[in-house]
Amino acid sequence: MAKLTINGRVHDLDVDPQTPLLWAIREQAGLTGTKYGCGIAQCGACTVHMGGEAVRSCTVFVEDAVGKEITTIEGLAQGATLTKVQQAWVDHDVPQCGYCQAGMIMAVSALLKAKPKPTDADIDEAITNICRCGTFQQVREAIHAAAKA
Amino acid sequence: MNEIVSIDRRKFIIGAATVGSGLAIGFSLPEGGPTVVRANDGSPELNAWVVIRPDDTVVIRMARSEMGQGTITGLAQLVVEELECDWSKITTEYPTPGQSLARNRVWKDFSTGGSRGIRTSHEYVRQGGAAARMMLVQAAANQWSVPVSECTVAKGVITHTSSGRTLRFGQVAEAAAKLEQPKEIPLKDPKDWKVIGQPIKRIDTLEKVTGKQVYGTDLKLPGMLNAAIRESPVFGGKVKSFDASKATGMKGVRKVVQVGDSAVAVVADTWWQAKSALDEVKIDFDDGGNAKVSSASIAKMLEEGLSADQAFVGNDNGDAKAALAGAAKKVEATYFYPFQNHAPMEPMNATARYTADKCEVWVPTQDGEASLAAVISASGLTAAQCDVHKINLGGGFGRRGAFQDYVVQAVQIAKQMPGTPIKLIWTREEDMRQGRFHPIMSCKLVGGFDANNNLTALHMRLSGQSILAAVRPAIVQQNKGMDPLVFQGLARGGEHGFGYTIPNLLIDHAMRNTHVPPGFWRGVNINQNCIFIECFMDELAQSVGQDELEFRRKLLDKHPKNLAVLNAVAEKIGWGKPPPQGRFYGLAHMKAFAAYVAAAAEISVSADGKKVKVHRIIAATDPIYAVNPAQIDRQVAGSFVYGLSALFQQACTVKDGCIVEENFDTYDSMRIAQMPKVESIIMPSGGSDPWGGVGEPTICVAAPAVINAYFKATGKRLRSVPLKDLDVSMV
Ligand code: FES
Ligand code: FES
Repeated sequence: MAKLTINGRVHDLDVDPQTPLLWAIREQAGLTGTKYGCGIAQCGACTVHMGGEAVRSCTVFVEDAVGKEITTIEGLAQGATLTKVQQAWVDHDVPQCGYCQAGMIMAVSALLKAKPKPTDADIDEAITNICRCGTFQQVREAIHAAAKA
Repeated sequence: MNEIVSIDRRKFIIGAATVGSGLAIGFSLPEGGPTVVRANDGSPELNAWVVIRPDDTVVIRMARSEMGQGTITGLAQLVVEELECDWSKITTEYPTPGQSLARNRVWKDFSTGGSRGIRTSHEYVRQGGAAARMMLVQAAANQWSVPVSECTVAKGVITHTSSGRTLRFGQVAEAAAKLEQPKEIPLKDPKDWKVIGQPIKRIDTLEKVTGKQVYGTDLKLPGMLNAAIRESPVFGGKVKSFDASKATGMKGVRKVVQVGDSAVAVVADTWWQAKSALDEVKIDFDDGGNAKVSSASIAKMLEEGLSADQAFVGNDNGDAKAALAGAAKKVEATYFYPFQNHAPMEPMNATARYTADKCEVWVPTQDGEASLAAVISASGLTAAQCDVHKINLGGGFGRRGAFQDYVVQAVQIAKQMPGTPIKLIWTREEDMRQGRFHPIMSCKLVGGFDANNNLTALHMRLSGQSILAAVRPAIVQQNKGMDPLVFQGLARGGEHGFGYTIPNLLIDHAMRNTHVPPGFWRGVNINQNCIFIECFMDELAQSVGQDELEFRRKLLDKHPKNLAVLNAVAEKIGWGKPPPQGRFYGLAHMKAFAAYVAAAAEISVSADGKKVKVHRIIAATDPIYAVNPAQIDRQVAGSFVYGLSALFQQACTVKDGCIVEENFDTYDSMRIAQMPKVESIIMPSGGSDPWGGVGEPTICVAAPAVINAYFKATGKRLRSVPLKDLDVSMV
């Protein structure tokens, strides 16, 4: 059993403490917006916020997430109101297949919190998610738009 | 609608109750009237593509799949253009392949590959919209007792011009559905298009930015269990035995099963439990005799093919061999392209539920009908007892169309637990090991010049794997052993026709197949062919001191559309003028999938030649007609990410009969820092040529343009992919 605080709600989960946080979020908490892409911290599809920082949840054990505030893609929008990043994503028509985009948006949201006006170099350094559809050109435009919004 | 449809109503109702398919169709005979086909909410169908609800919502049904390319948005534009409905009131649905089959394949081809999603369905889809509009206007005219010619229609409202009376689509849909289908369905002149050609935003974005879109991996069904699988890593190998004693006792594990003769799966409450338990199953595989195959042994076989006597001729004219023998000057080079994996972000998966008289599968698929065929054969049930619910794909790139191995596996597992839905998800490692790989190919090119430095002869000898020999052997048989697809971009005319006119030409293929299963990988054979021909064109031009653009122009004078895209990128990058300090340009072009594409790359290279920065790529594409320029722009830029990742970073190598690279740590993919600025020029030439594709053609021009620019920067010719193996990386 583990108590996880996800999107402001406490979940009592029947889960082995050595389970990757990704799978506890997807399978026990039932929040499937966070995606599995590689399982070895390479692709970023599983990115969530833990204690306000972007982490790749496939390589975080549940036991290390206990007691921390976890935010997933489902926890960003308040009702129908999107965050600036999500809105910029809509305005710039960013996603193609969309599978990487939850992780991308979580990584970008953390970047903008740390650096509200990131330069291209900041983006290059912080955003290392893989997108096989190749949405990077729109991702960069949308990050700058979100920073201005 | 007079069409008499004989169909089991119960089947569709069951379909309606299931997750993953929004579509359900019921049929009813309204008292006294002709047959009206109805959606399960009772709304009338005007034809297979268009259902109109009383609140004016237009439901557009599409057989093709959405896997990221914006295909569904583009297809909806085609329907809306002719239907004249309100764009903000549309919604889309997938019919199931079983429903289509039961109605005599009314939705036609489900296959979403070969860049065919739009180009091979635009006509009947537009006709679906036009026919529905004609019936709606007729119904309104009937109600007013006026001739149709006195009515106009816009944004879902029909107006009787002289009296000013109006009716909404939702108000006349019932009456319209009872009318005869029009026999003649004229389509608009392209110059009158208002929706086609517009850079409309995609209709499926909100779900994707909020995490709400349900992918195959996210599916939840009542009572569902999860499965992880491991197949023989040596292709063609079989399970000899397995020891599940440790796994069966692990938490959540329900069953350990053999799947077919080559794989073992663990079924558990959660996927993570299944995967963890699978790691503890000891499987003894019989390698089937392929464990000795390695990249080196394959390379040796390909090398032999480069000079073999027997080869299939894909394109020729004149007498290339004689002309080369008598040439005043000869140039020769050998290129290589490796196996590569599609690696879509979403690993292969499928969910199956099997009972003795029914089998249903939920799957992200590029071809619902191919999935259905797999379900039928794996379940042993009849077509009427099976169906497939399509789910939007987390990337496809050719892996999820012709190949339905994961569907077969899911059904084979579900058959061993009847009644229980089983969701099978592959690990990334399984996905990398069990690909359907980009074919491996070597190419030797020899060019000959006369004494005045005119190119008089070219021989291109391809040596390597055939996709069709493995996947569509009947086509190879029809062609007396030849795989015509090998010659994409090099063929004698057609949608993949060779653009250069060379007096003595021979392009032939020594087929050298391996035990590694090949597949259609975005762009298919143009990836290697464009590198081979377009890099060698630069080599030829340089060998006689000619400008690379001028050299091509002379050879392309019979193909103005090829020339037009090449000229467009050359002009925009400023070819012929000196580039900025430290920057270098390279060009490439191709015709593929009936579209014309070209690229001009601008790069810089570190002093030691090891680090390449691709600053920008100008890309021209002529798809004949452009349905949505904003989405085409995204396909161009996205295809370059896929193509440049392949050029610099990706190879699947073979050791002991298995694929070595098992995840993104050894099979890297481009990140945002490496992304060049992509400036696309969309230049549809229109007219009566067949429509060209968009998702694939442009992918092939990025790599040769960059390689050609690299030569300009360093004087060094790169002839083998991936460049990381030549110690050249992208920064
Ligand atoms: S799934 Fe976690 S980084 Fe790829
Ligand atoms: S949008 Fe498909 S992987 Fe990024």
